[in-house]
Formats: sequence, structure tokens, C-alpha cells
Amino acid sequence: MLTDLTIAGALAGLAARDFSATELTTAHLDAIAALNPQLNAFITVTPELALAQAAAADEARAKGHAGPLAGIPIAIKDLFCTKDVRTTAASHILDHFIPPYDSTVTAQLRAAGAVTLGKANLDEFAMGSSNMSSAYGPVENPWHRQGQATRLVPGGSSGGSAAVVAARLALGATGTDTGGSIRQPASFTGTVGMKPTYGRCSRYGIIAFASSLDQAGPMARTVEDCALMLAAMAGFDPRDSTSAERPVPDFAAACRHSVKGMRIGIPTEYAAPGMPAAITDIWQRGQNWLREQGAEIVEVSLPHTKYGVPTYYIVATAECSSNLARYDGVRFGERVEGEDLIDLYERTRAAGFGAEVKRRILLGTYVLSAGYYDAYYLRAQQVRQLILRDFTEVFSKVDALLTPTAPSAAFAIGEMMDDPVTMYLNDIFTVPASLAGVPAMSVPAGLDHQGLPLGLQVIGKHFDESSVFAVAAALERAAGFTATPSLMAGAKP
Amino acid sequence: MMSLDPATVRRIAKLARIRVEDAELPKLQADLAAILGYVEQLGEIDVTGIEPLSGAAQMALRMRADIVTDGGQTEAILANAPGREGDFFTVPKVVE
Amino acid sequence: MSYMIEGKTGPWEIVVGLEVHAQVTSHSKLFSGAATDFGAGPNSQVSFIDAGFPGMLPVINEECVAQAVRTGLGLNAQINLVSRFDRKNYFYADLPTGYQISQYLHPIVGKGVIEVELEGGITKNIGVTRLHLEQDAGKSLHDQSPSKSFIDLNRAGVALMEIVSEPDIRSPEEAGAYLRKLRSILRYLGTCDGNMDEGSMRADVNVSVRKQGEEFRTRCEVKNVNSIRFVMHAVEAEAKRQIELYESGGTVQQETRLYDPARGETRSMRSKEDAHDYRYFPDPDLLPLVLDEAWVAGLKAKLPELPDDKCTRFVRDYKLPPYDAAVLVMEQATAAFYEQVASGRDAKLAANWVIGELFAALNRTGTNIETSPVSAAALGELLDLMADATINGKIAKEVFEAMVETGQSAAAIVESKGLRQVTDTGAIAAAIDQILAANQDKLAEYKSGKEKLFGFFVGQTMKAMAGKGNPALINKILIEKLA
Repeated sequence: MLTDLTIAGALAGLAARDFSATELTTAHLDAIAALNPQLNAFITVTPELALAQAAAADEARAKGHAGPLAGIPIAIKDLFCTKDVRTTAASHILDHFIPPYDSTVTAQLRAAGAVTLGKANLDEFAMGSSNMSSAYGPVENPWHRQGQATRLVPGGSSGGSAAVVAARLALGATGTDTGGSIRQPASFTGTVGMKPTYGRCSRYGIIAFASSLDQAGPMARTVEDCALMLAAMAGFDPRDSTSAERPVPDFAAACRHSVKGMRIGIPTEYAAPGMPAAITDIWQRGQNWLREQGAEIVEVSLPHTKYGVPTYYIVATAECSSNLARYDGVRFGERVEGEDLIDLYERTRAAGFGAEVKRRILLGTYVLSAGYYDAYYLRAQQVRQLILRDFTEVFSKVDALLTPTAPSAAFAIGEMMDDPVTMYLNDIFTVPASLAGVPAMSVPAGLDHQGLPLGLQVIGKHFDESSVFAVAAALERAAGFTATPSLMAGAKP
Repeated sequence: MMSLDPATVRRIAKLARIRVEDAELPKLQADLAAILGYVEQLGEIDVTGIEPLSGAAQMALRMRADIVTDGGQTEAILANAPGREGDFFTVPKVVE
Repeated sequence: MSYMIEGKTGPWEIVVGLEVHAQVTSHSKLFSGAATDFGAGPNSQVSFIDAGFPGMLPVINEECVAQAVRTGLGLNAQINLVSRFDRKNYFYADLPTGYQISQYLHPIVGKGVIEVELEGGITKNIGVTRLHLEQDAGKSLHDQSPSKSFIDLNRAGVALMEIVSEPDIRSPEEAGAYLRKLRSILRYLGTCDGNMDEGSMRADVNVSVRKQGEEFRTRCEVKNVNSIRFVMHAVEAEAKRQIELYESGGTVQQETRLYDPARGETRSMRSKEDAHDYRYFPDPDLLPLVLDEAWVAGLKAKLPELPDDKCTRFVRDYKLPPYDAAVLVMEQATAAFYEQVASGRDAKLAANWVIGELFAALNRTGTNIETSPVSAAALGELLDLMADATINGKIAKEVFEAMVETGQSAAAIVESKGLRQVTDTGAIAAAIDQILAANQDKLAEYKSGKEKLFGFFVGQTMKAMAGKGNPALINKILIEKLA
């Protein structure tokens, strides 16, 4: 089936004229039509645009100047602005927002020839770990516990992107990761997700959640596919002051590098008490796989790990409280009229934002407010420095780190909703790399006792995505992960 | 660090320009208090002399040339406006 | 003697600090590529960055940074090689992102000083606390509709320098002198056009009063005053208000006030009373601004001669009194005009003519030095006609008036009006003889010792010659005749 292909496989098939980009796109649009009503993974599907892009890709290939991703159907997280295509951030406040510009990442993907199928669902403004906070309803994980019909979450915030890729509704998808929003849903859906180094992909045109942490990255079904996508997404952009002026290495080539002689650190602090045995097991297996391929496994310490989540929730909410001030019902977005301007603001924002977004804006407002700034925000920035130092220190001794991606497998829709702190702890293994700005990737490594996928996380040095790809590819080869979700294109549900 | 009373939640909501109905207040207060209780553990760390880290990018600001490259797109600027009059955005009258 | 306001309880000293917002001269905005021209159609000079659209990011304009550094250098201030941008968070209709990007904790320029000239040749140093870069907001128009305010974002994102003075100012006169001097420096540097009518320079005025020898009392901030005259009035009005309040047993509340020029008083800004909590924090979209020392040195090397240096040079090279020099250097164009007139001529005479006759003519005709009806070259020619004794000083003033009116050259006017000075000794002697003959009584008084009458005879002779007589020759011949 065309929908089962990898990006690399599809590119080979397109090059060999085994099928056309139009056929490949049509197959995916059919799959979306069949499965999206249940999965709710897309907020907006753009079949006409996709078919036009596919036709253009076919024409380009016929003329011999196909781009590196020509004809590859992908989904775009609905946090990336897309010119003339509605962009909502899964928030009612942007229900009817039509951006007059493209994000740099989506523009580059299009320039590479990618076909954009539509806009993937997410947690509202990317704030969440479950996709439950989307104003357009939760996304259902295509995976189910063995023999159970319970609907599970795909993780978040890039849950729509993860579900789309897992269910074979697209060959890949863009995600954004602020504290784990690519890696945790990848782990929950048996897909591969890479958060590059902060500054590797331009943030221009991506709706901001927390500017010092937000980073775009690819989600796909193989490590190599992520490498192919990242090559098109990454690169210096003068429109983003935090974009790194560095050449983009050949990530696909890095996937073929051996891990022989590499030193892989195992941070002891990631062995959280009460972690499910399945996760401990898979982590141990991952270490063995790398050792068997010639890597040296070294125990290391990242002493400030446990402070990652509290630090993150201060830094990220502070930034979001300011970043989301622009949604005020004046220049774009929804407006609720009021008696006066202040009343208009308050009603617009009360109606436009969901509960989790409001909670975070209020928390961020509080930690920045007079009298609390030093105790919360300033201290969190200092702890962030300590967390960065932890990484700098261990990376003088090892080439990469191996950890679990998330402390659990996918949980059920509606679970963990009572207490925000429990939900936040989902990010415990992913947040430190975000705070330090280092690249990190989740690779599916196996299934738990209920048949749900579990991911392992590889963390690398600043701008050394190449080593991360090499280690992730080694894990992928050893894991031989071939399990598929119960809901996917062509499968009988 | 301080406990979070309803008046503080109201004050914060006012600063953030989010209307909070009375009925929403107890849940909001409890949630925020729980999160603040959780982040209080940062108080255990000795941060004396530690330089605050405000961003993950380890570089200095890049500057652009002083050239007019943008603007002249009044219609696009106003196209998404929920309130407009001619080429202006409009809001309820502000009294100074 | 220092300035004091006499209250019922005795004299009060006033304490003033000024925060000047000066629009940086640049083609494009501080963080976007939209234009900064004044008077464009509403929302026509707006980028999506200025309008705070989702996903838009700021990128800093190098020229705006350079202008801030030049200004810092011109204010003899410390240039901070590392500075940072913070967000100042508040909601307002013309603030699109909900925050203003400003420099709070780490400004680009630190302490400096401005020397101001006061009446009577006194100078005083006013400290500059800091200068930082920030974005301007858009403009709200409240008079276009009965129920709505209209928003134009053309100004949103334009670069401003906020220049903060120490509370060193002690009188309305000092406040005026400080602003005039600051504006002069900014114009010399070309970093701000100083045009207060178009809002490119505005001042927030912090005023408090105290009895001599006291610590500072509570101050009030009078926001957005847009002319030097209004600043001087606002200082006085606000100081008097505070004194009356204290003397009637009240206290001054720290608050933001507005100056109402029509009523000549300040009033409380009620809409801004909503407790402010700006929640400043480093803008995560921007990185620290790190300046290269060599880059700063390069800017310094290219600075123009500034008013203080020019003034020193005028006193030294043209032997002008310091007051005259200070007046001439206030505007760069005036100084250039003067130097052209003075070149190769009597420098003191040139200064007198520029400060006296020319300034009066500019005032009267509503023109300025750039649009002067008499050019520097034309004025120079007039002075030359005096120097070579073609005309005398009295006639020169008449010729100058005709030049202002007609735009003709001095020589042409002298010719057409027949104003050439009479140096024919025979004609002068004849005129003197006539006067002496007609005033036998005065002549007798003179001869009996009333020597003061000499001037009378000179005046009468000049009058008889319609002002064209050569004064030196009249004197000489008269002395001979009276001997």
C-alpha cells in the first residue's frame, strides 16, 4: 500500500515512476477521509491544495528538477502559519485566522516539493501533553491497549501530527517541541520524532508558546525519514534573531554512521522511583543494543534533572503570558464586544482561550508580577543555568545520552485530568533537553505488556544532531520495531 | 513564597485581562496553588552567584541593515480585523 | 541666585528630572523593515511584526543601534558594550503585541552629562542617568467617531531613545535650557530631528518641591509634554500645585498627570490609575546586544563637531564673547551661516549682524536660517560695502531691510537708491558751514565751553546729508572748523 511507504521508499518509488505524486497524495487523502472522522487528527484538510502541489511535483519530476521531497505528502501542525490557509493553534481565539504569510519551515518544505495535506490538531497553543486541550476536540491515538476499546491520547502537544503519521494518513508531519511536544507523542504512537537544537529551525511564522524553548522538528515513521524532513526544515533564517547561522549537515548520511566507539551516557537521575517495569526494561535493552554495536555505555549524573519540570513551568508560562497578550480581539482573531476596551479584552480572552491556556497565562502573569519575580522567574532562570551546566558537564565525557522518552505509555482520554501537576510530570524526561536547548529524539523501542509502544530518547550536544541520528538509527535497527496500530490506513478497525 | 488567595487570583486575572466568573474562581485558585506548591521545590537549590539563563541560544544579537523592506500592505494588515473603519482598526472609545 | 517659589510658608525649591523620548532618525523601524516617514496614510507603514501577528519576530536595525551609540557619545556618556531588551507588558489598543520592547535593567548608554547655558553667562551641568532604545506605540484617534477609537499603527515599532536626566534641574528656565541643548546635540548628531510638532521629541516631566536643605519629596510625572514652552509652564504649574497642597495641609500622591496647555494646569490621568505592574522580563525573541569596541570607536571617529566644541572654537578663533558663541552654535545651520559670513571679515561685526539684524528679520518674516531671505553670501557683501566705506553703518541697516524685502543684492540697492557714502570733503565742509551758520547761538555756547554740543553739530550735518556723510570725515572737518 502506498500509505505504508516510508519517505525514503516513496522517493525511490516516485523516482522510478512506480507511481505518481498524485496517486500517492490521493491514497493519503482517501485514508484521511476514512479515518480522520474518528481520529480527529486534522483540524483542516486541504485536498485541492494538496492535489495541486502533487501535480506540480509530478510535473517538476517529469522535467527533471524535482526537489528533495517532491511529491511527499505531509501534515503540518496547525501552529505553523500557512499563507491563505486557516491557522488556528487549536484555539477558538483564532477560529477564522487566515495568515497572510507562511512560516519559514513550511515555506522550505514546500520549496522542497512536499505536498501539504492539511493542518494537524494539537493542544491549544501547544500547551499540553495529551491533546485534550484542543478547542477542536481531542485526538484519538490510533493505538489501543490489547483487546480494549478504551480511547487513548496520542500525547501532546503534537498529538495530531503523531496520530497522522502512526495511522498512515501522511508520510511525515511537522511538530513543535517546547518541553517534549514532539518526543512524548512520538513515544505514545510508535513514531519517530526529533527536536533539533534550539536555533536549528527558524521560528518565524510559528505561533509562539514559549519563545526561548519552542523548536520545530520532524515526525515520521523512521529515523532516516526524520533526517530527510529535517534537512528541508532546518537552516539559517535572518528573520529569526535566535536562528543559528550554521550550515546544515547531511543528516541522512549521519543515520548510516556506526556507533562503534561512541560513549553513551546513562543519567542515573532518569531512573525515577515508581517508573513502570516495562520502561526500565526497554531502557536496559536500549543500552544493550548500543553496547552490542560497539558503543561504550557510561553512567553519568545530571543532578538537577528533578528541577526541570518546575523550572520549565515557570519559564514557559512566564513567556506564554506575554506571547499570548496579542490575542486581544483588536487586529485579528475572535472578538467578544464589551462595555469598554478593557471589558472587550477580558471577555474576548475569557471566551477565546481554553482552561489550560488560561491557567498557564495566569501562572505566568503571577511569576512575573511585582514581588514574585525574584522568587519564581529569576530563580527559575538560575536553575535553568544549572541544568545547562549539567549537560555541558556530561557532554565533556560522553557523545550522547540515552533515556526513556516518557514515564508511561499512552493513557486514556480523560485520565490525569484532575490535577495539572500529574499531567505536567509527563514531561519529566523531555523538559531538561528543552531547557538546555540541546537536540533530542524519540525512537520506538518496543511494546509494553498491554501492547502499547514505548520510546527511547537520545539527547545530543548543541548542533550535533548527527550523533543523535546515528544513535537513534542504531537503536531502530536493533529494535526492529514493526508493530502497527489498530487504527491505520488499510487496516480493519 | 506566598499562598494564593482569591483576591490575588482576581488581581492576576485583571492584569492578564481574562474575565473570571465567580464560579470559576475556586477551581482556578486550587489549580494555581497546586502548581505553585509544586514549583516551590526550586527554593531548595542554592543559586548564589548563578547567572540567570534567559535563552537557549548561545550567541549575540544579529543586526539587520536599515532598509525599508516592508509595509505598503494596508489591506493585508486589516484583512483579519474584527473591527475596522476605513483604513483604521477600531475599538470601543477609550477615554483618557 | 537660585530660583525659588515663594509660598505662604516661605520659599520652595523645585526639583525636576526629564525623560525625553526622541524618535531615532532611521529609514525603517527598530525591529521591522516598515518605513518611518511622517504623515503617511493610516496603517500603510505597518509590517506584520509591528501589528503583532502570530509567529512574527523582531530583528534589530543596526542603524538605530548606531544612532543610540552616537547620541551616547555626544552626551559624553558611557557606552555599554552589552545591553539587553526586555518586554514591558501592558494592554493598550495601540500596543499590538501587548508589550513594549524596551531596555529596562541593561540600557545601551549609561551616565552622561549635558552642559547648559543659562542667562547671564552662567553654565550648569545636568546629569544624564541613562539612554535606552525602545519601540514607539501606535496612535489612537479618539475624535473620529462618537463611540469608537481609531487605531493607526504607522508609528508602532518606530525606534525611540529614552533619555533620562538626573533630578538636577531647579527651575523652568533650566528645564528649557536642558531641552534646547539636548535638541541641539541630537540635531548636530543627526540622530533625531527634534521636531516636537510632529512628536519626534516629547518629554515626561518629573516634578517635586522641597524646602531648602530637605531630602526629595514625592514627585509627580507629567506625561507627554510636546513643546519646550509647555514643559517650562508644566514645571511651574505642577510645582505651584504641590506647594499649595502642602501649604493647605495636604500631601502629594505619586501619580501620572497630564498638562493642559489651554488651562495652564496639570490634571490627574484617571485612566492610568489602574495599578501598573509591567512584569518586565528579558525578551526571549532577542539575544543580548553585544557591541564591538572597534565599531563604537569607528562611530566616534566620525562624529561631527558638537555645539560645545564649536562654541569653544568660536570664542578662541573669532574672539567672540561666550554668550554670542553659544547663541550662534545652538543650531548647526546657524553656525555654518555665521562662519560663511565671518570668513575673511570682521568676525565680531559678523556675529552682531547675524544675532541682531538677521535674527530679527527671520523672526519678523517667519523664516528660519535655512529659508532666510538674505543668504550668507549676500550678508557678507553688505559687510564688505561697510568695510570699504562705500556705505556707513546706518545706511547698511537701511540696505539690509531692502535686501530682506526685495531679495536684491546690497550693491544693487546702494546703486539704485543712491546710498553711496559721501566722501567729498568739499561737500562735507559746505554742509558743515551751513549748519554752523544756521545755529549761531549753539556755536557761541560751544565756544564758551559747552563741548557736548559737538555731537549736535555732527547729527545735524549727517541729517542735512540724508545720512550718507562719511562719519569719520564729518568729525575731522568739524574739529578743524571749530578750532
